[in-house]
Amino acid sequence: MKDQPVLDVRGLWKVFGPKPERAVGSTLSRQELKERTGCVAAVRDVSFTVRPGEVFVVMGLSGSGKSTLVRCLTRLVEPTAGEILFDGADIRQADERRLRELRRHRLAMVFQHFGLLPHRCVLDNVAYGLEIRGSARPERYKRAREVLELVGLTGFENSYPDQLSGGMQQRVGLARALAVDPDLLLFDEPFSALDPLIRREMQNEIIRLHHEVGKTMVFITHDLSEALKLGDRILIMRDGALVQMGTPDEVVGAPADDYVRDFVSDVPRSHVLTLRWIMREALPDEPLDGPELAPDLVIREAVHTVLSADRPVRVVREGELLGVVTSAEILEMIAR
Amino acid sequence: MITLSVPARLPARRYLAGAIVAAWVLGHALLAGRDTLALGGAELTPLHEGVNEAWDTVDDNRNSNPFFLYFVNYIRLILDESVKFVQALISQPSFGRPVPVLGWLGVVALAAAVTYIFGNIRVALLTVAGFVSFGLLGLWAESMDTLALTLTAVAYSLAVGIPLGVWAGLSGRFNRFVTPVLDFMQTMPTFVYLAPLTLFFLIGPASATIATMIYAIPPAIRITAHAIREVSPVTLEASSSLGATSAQSLRHVRLPLARRTIVVGVNQTIMAALSMATIAALIDAPGLGKTVLKALQTLDIGAAFNAGLAIVIMAVVLDRATTAASHRVETQRRTGRLRSVFFRRVEVAVALGIAAVLGYLSYTYVWAAEFPAGANIGSYVRRAADAASVWVQDSLSGFTDALKNVITYGLLNPFESLLAGSPWWLVFAVGVGMAALVGGTRAAIIAAAGLAALIGLGLWQDSMVTLAATLVATILVMALGVATGVWIGRSDRADAVLRPVLDAGQTMPAFVYLVPILGLFGPTRFTAIIAAVVFAAPVAIKLVAEGIRGVPPATVEAARSAGSSSWQLITKVQLPMARGAVALAANQGLIYVLSMVVVGGLVGAGALGYDVVAGFSQHQLRGKGLAAGLAIVVLGIVLDRARVRPRPERTDSG
Ligand SMILES: Nc1ncnc2c1ncn2[C@@H]1O[C@H](COP(=O)(O)OP(=O)(O)OP(=O)(O)O)[C@@H](O)[C@H]1O
Ligand SMILES: [Mg+2]
Repeated sequence: MKDQPVLDVRGLWKVFGPKPERAVGSTLSRQELKERTGCVAAVRDVSFTVRPGEVFVVMGLSGSGKSTLVRCLTRLVEPTAGEILFDGADIRQADERRLRELRRHRLAMVFQHFGLLPHRCVLDNVAYGLEIRGSARPERYKRAREVLELVGLTGFENSYPDQLSGGMQQRVGLARALAVDPDLLLFDEPFSALDPLIRREMQNEIIRLHHEVGKTMVFITHDLSEALKLGDRILIMRDGALVQMGTPDEVVGAPADDYVRDFVSDVPRSHVLTLRWIMREALPDEPLDGPELAPDLVIREAVHTVLSADRPVRVVREGELLGVVTSAEILEMIAR
Repeated sequence: MITLSVPARLPARRYLAGAIVAAWVLGHALLAGRDTLALGGAELTPLHEGVNEAWDTVDDNRNSNPFFLYFVNYIRLILDESVKFVQALISQPSFGRPVPVLGWLGVVALAAAVTYIFGNIRVALLTVAGFVSFGLLGLWAESMDTLALTLTAVAYSLAVGIPLGVWAGLSGRFNRFVTPVLDFMQTMPTFVYLAPLTLFFLIGPASATIATMIYAIPPAIRITAHAIREVSPVTLEASSSLGATSAQSLRHVRLPLARRTIVVGVNQTIMAALSMATIAALIDAPGLGKTVLKALQTLDIGAAFNAGLAIVIMAVVLDRATTAASHRVETQRRTGRLRSVFFRRVEVAVALGIAAVLGYLSYTYVWAAEFPAGANIGSYVRRAADAASVWVQDSLSGFTDALKNVITYGLLNPFESLLAGSPWWLVFAVGVGMAALVGGTRAAIIAAAGLAALIGLGLWQDSMVTLAATLVATILVMALGVATGVWIGRSDRADAVLRPVLDAGQTMPAFVYLVPILGLFGPTRFTAIIAAVVFAAPVAIKLVAEGIRGVPPATVEAARSAGSSSWQLITKVQLPMARGAVALAANQGLIYVLSMVVVGGLVGAGALGYDVVAGFSQHQLRGKGLAAGLAIVVLGIVLDRARVRPRPERTDSG
């Protein structure tokens, strides 16, 4: 069945400090815990699943534990408690060899500060993952050239990282991760070190790659617009704990608490929310012969149709009338 | 140093210290000459005799005791043979031939090829010039002996030091274990390893190699560990996220990224080795050091200068060559690799080819094997240096005598008579009291134990004489260090001019400092003090300058805007804020001074230095010499208040 999750995380904890096991299950706030035990609970009781082909975004403010969470997934940071089922097998139970095999073949990570090898040219950087798993030189160079083309760096094979711009360096980082053809790609704030224009370009690049290669991705960011743009689903963390998980329009339309509400307050809601969020039941006397729109249509794209129609717009899915939308709802949404 | 560390906030302590000094002076006036524990030059205590006997026992059993038979003697054999092998290649007649395998032409060509391949054409030319000048000075064989010893010791030092450094870089626990050991190895005056080494390894190349390694390994370990530890964690994490084993990460990430810094470590190792290889002349190490030593002992200024010059040239060549190599590592990947690999291969092949051809010539033909005797200008250099020394001593005698007298009568004599002329128990009480005042109970215990050890070693008075010279030299170093350091710290121009001089000064082997100063002042204890000041000043100046530069510009600006004069700025803001650096400078200065004051035993400084040297040459004094070496170590520890601080790594002078 298609919906067997790629990744199933259950009750994950990561506590830094002396005797970390003691802090697991504690309900004290991070601050109190720190004062009482000297431990920092970077990740506390986080559970989620990632479905095949999905872009799963984790976001939160600085220090909320995002990096720690994503590192726990490949055990670059050893989790303190919980389960991480990858294709049904618990990564935490894997021994050294098995873990290495997983990292070499199935998971790959892209880092905020690239982590390139300055003494190697681009081609050798991209081929590094293949080299350490023992593939022969012609083979790994062939693959490295393929992915360099995929990320648009053909012609730079022999450059050195310090001769490239930040955006290009991150493309190398991306190519290095793609080269091993992993089942799951992990990104830890890959674009925060880039300036805004390049960042947008790289985001589009990710969207394009996602279409082309269809990899499952876990993407860490602290930038909400990036999260909304890339994410199929978003997990919001605060002080190590999960506060909300849902699709972009769920997060914006129904923030779980003030923290999330604060987060999403600047987002132009009409760009994210769909008609589903503003439609209402048709009144008994309303004419139901207006234009037809789908409930998943983003409001912004429905504005023209709704405002120019002289009667309520019907929201219909598979022939079933779900509700209606009129200029009043649109204007109220935009005015808010 | 002692007064410097008195916290300014506690005037009571100052008065207490003043009272102690006053009591001391009073006690000295009343009791001078009593209970001074003097011991004549040839006199021995039972301890010294006991050591002699033990030494004889060791000598008798050298070839029967299993520890020696299966361990010590093997090491000695391996090291002796290694040095002899390199000597056979470049410096001594060998394999039944009247000349070494490679004659001068071959050595010059090989050195040029190596420096060209690892460095650049400029250092290759410098190397040619330097090596040819060894021949011109008439010191070809001696220079090659020194080079052979240095290179052998460097090879072993790196073979041991780099792996240990990698280990220390990877393992925090091992690092915590080696750091104090390295600190100790580096704070011990170089002089003192020699005697105990000869006990085990006899006089000769093996002891010299080990002594050199003891001195040269610490920088190799420290800098390698530092380089390995400093590798970007981001890159390492990326590597392990791709499933690299730790061995793969070491090989593909850590070592390549650490390479440039490790080459800096190699540079430091080579310079330290050269410095020690010359001092090891005291235990009969072959080479230039021996020439200098002989000349110093016969007060032959000209010959000492000539050989000293060759040592300086060798230091410059080795330093420049390794510095160029480290720059090459840096630039290689930007430009070098963009050039074709093919071109580089051709270049290397041509350089080695030329070296091979010239090497063959020097193997075959006498003219290329032995440096032409006609081109020897050594005798001119010697005579010129002699003449210059005589002229300087004659015409500057007004000035040098005045300096000598001021320091001798103003500082040295009072210190010496207070320390060495008072009853031992008085000095003991004063020392422990001062230590308690300055450093608390811990320091007092260390001082008491150290002073007691000096008495036990039977060398109380000699130790006090050496201590007086050390303190005087340290005071002078600090006066010079603070004045010049403040100047350099405040003026970019002074920094630009003086820093290269200081860097060069730090790379010079300790031995050569004695020569020009001996030429200026003749053989007295004063010469040793000045040599120590010159030797220790660069490190003190640099530390003070760094401290002054470290004062935040905002603070300086604020003081200026409040209307401080330059003098107020220096005394009220910059120096107090740089107090840590000044204290460190005093500490380091002291260690450097101590090691040089002892070497001064060679040129008339007497006391512990003389005891050590005499122990090398006279059979019945070797027990005493060993005790004197220990006394120096004890002095060093007490002066350092057992708070051993890492000696700042010598900075890359390029
Ligand atoms: N190695 C560590 N030892 C101790 N505490 C740590 C360690 N790594 C992270 N922490 C703590 O864990 C918490 C979460 O850190 P983490 O780096 O995961 O946050 P983040 O959400 O990625 O923040 P940022 O956006 O700044 O990258 C922080 O409070 C941090 O101080
Ligand atoms: Mg982070």
